[in-house]
Amino acid sequence: MSETKKIRAVVVDDEELARQVLRELIAAHPEIELVAECANGFEAVKAVTELKPDLLFLDIQMPKLDGFEVLELIGGDMAVIFATAYDEYALKAFDVHAVDYLLKPFGAERFEKALQRARERMGTPIPPPADLAQAARAPGDHLDRVVVRDGTKVHIIPCAKLDFVEAQDDYVALASEGHKYLKQQTIASLEAALDPKSFLRVHRSYIVNLERVSRIEPYGKDSKVAILRDDTRLPVSRAGYDRLRTVLEGKG
Amino acid sequence: MSRTRHPIVSRPRQLALYVVLWIPLTLLLVYLLRAAGLTGQDTGMLLWLLSPVYALLCLLAWYPCLGTPLNRSGVIRIVATHSVAAALISGTWTIFAIFYVSGLALLQPFQGLSQMPGLYKLIFGTGVLIYLLWAASYYVIQTMESSQTAEQRVIEARMLARDAELRALKAQINPHFIFNSLHSISALTSIDPAKAREMCISLADFLRTTLGMGEKSLIPLKDEVDLIHRYLAVEKIRFGARLDMQESIEEQALGTTIPPLILQPLIENAIVHGVAHLPEGGWIRLQAQSIDQHLVIAVDNNFDPEYKSKRKSGIGLANVRERIEARYGQEGSFVASAEGDRFHVGITLPVERSAAA
Repeated sequence: MSETKKIRAVVVDDEELARQVLRELIAAHPEIELVAECANGFEAVKAVTELKPDLLFLDIQMPKLDGFEVLELIGGDMAVIFATAYDEYALKAFDVHAVDYLLKPFGAERFEKALQRARERMGTPIPPPADLAQAARAPGDHLDRVVVRDGTKVHIIPCAKLDFVEAQDDYVALASEGHKYLKQQTIASLEAALDPKSFLRVHRSYIVNLERVSRIEPYGKDSKVAILRDDTRLPVSRAGYDRLRTVLEGKG
Repeated sequence: MSRTRHPIVSRPRQLALYVVLWIPLTLLLVYLLRAAGLTGQDTGMLLWLLSPVYALLCLLAWYPCLGTPLNRSGVIRIVATHSVAAALISGTWTIFAIFYVSGLALLQPFQGLSQMPGLYKLIFGTGVLIYLLWAASYYVIQTMESSQTAEQRVIEARMLARDAELRALKAQINPHFIFNSLHSISALTSIDPAKAREMCISLADFLRTTLGMGEKSLIPLKDEVDLIHRYLAVEKIRFGARLDMQESIEEQALGTTIPPLILQPLIENAIVHGVAHLPEGGWIRLQAQSIDQHLVIAVDNNFDPEYKSKRKSGIGLANVRERIEARYGQEGSFVASAEGDRFHVGITLPVERSAAA
């Protein structure tokens, strides 16, 4: 970070007065330029994608997308400072490599400290966003929806509406209600995040929603194919077939 | 359950007491038979069997008592039931005695017994009296037991209510609400000091009222509505135009009394899980009216069905439900349901007119 370049900051909070506090504290620092203020997660994703700020002040409990979901969607090289009234997310915040965690109400002194930490951390890359999402989840806690960013647009796919997932290089394609959504994540990390009671890895490249499977048919010499309710055919590997059988027989 | 189980057969100690009590009863029978002119030998031969048999038969007296509880049956029904039961039980005993005496008549020394005038009338008569004696004892036992269980139930309900009350009060003041409000106040201090002061006062009013309410067991609905207004005064500063509150409270309902802090948690729930997740804002509708001795309250609000809160939702709701159940049992009701983007909570409470502390 060069001496002359200004730090570009974005503030995300659904409460106008909370944004006001940060606006005021930032105003005392001429080297920081407040480039956007957002009142919800969607706006935050859009602003961060377009403006690529260096510093992000992020509330956690917000309409539409919570702070962690915003972070999962934008990832990237910026310093993140959470600002919330809830202390129970602090550990999770550091798991996702937040620079600091400001508990409301906070004043100038605490704010300066956070800013200091942010300056030290700026320029250090943080892990890819999907891994962040995984770090933010407690063991045994499964996703109930998947968020996907498409440019500056955000799609929210409830897991119940997710039909299957297909691996495509560094991406996964999420099939839901006839649409496919691309997300930068490995199929293994998505598999780990989904509820194993509903989703099963049937193939190296496929995860299927068990509720969508209508039948399994033999295909070729020793492989099988899963036929979904909408007649989509997904390859099933031998290991995948074994897993599938265990689950289906276990269900009786 | 304990009230329908036989109080003597089901408990060894009571059974032993019952057997012991039959000793004086048998002595009474001895006295009566001797007075009627029976020899000692005849009396002994009769009673060694008849007395235990009647002891067994009298255990049955419990069932007519169970079928006609004193407090819930008319006098005529009680008299009729026990007349029939006494006749049946004592009659069975007498018939048994007739067979037994005719059997004894085959034996030389006891031939005279069957010729004894009025023997069966005497047996039947004493049988009826002893039956009535036991029926009365059963009623005494029944009354004691039911007063005991009633007392126990009252104590249990009171403890549950107190417990729920304490937990409710602890959970009542949501720390996040306070922290967020303080944060808003700190924002206002520089842009609008007058409003900051106003918000400080609203917050203090709300906290003071909430804390004070914990000491009362019943408050007028009006006080609870006032508390809600204080709460909303604070939240409206935080949420601004996003919060749309509509009220329709029947004038007559305002005077009825309710346990404190029954409604405020519902409104808070509607804000935390509804309005707070709606960027365009949300509405809350509070309705209250009294309908035949009941206060009927409904809180409706809209919410974002796509936003699944990861935080444990409805602690406040569960609390209110528990308190209503503990206090009113079957008399009150609590329902919560979500349909589409609407959440509804309905409460029915019996009207309590007394402003008891």
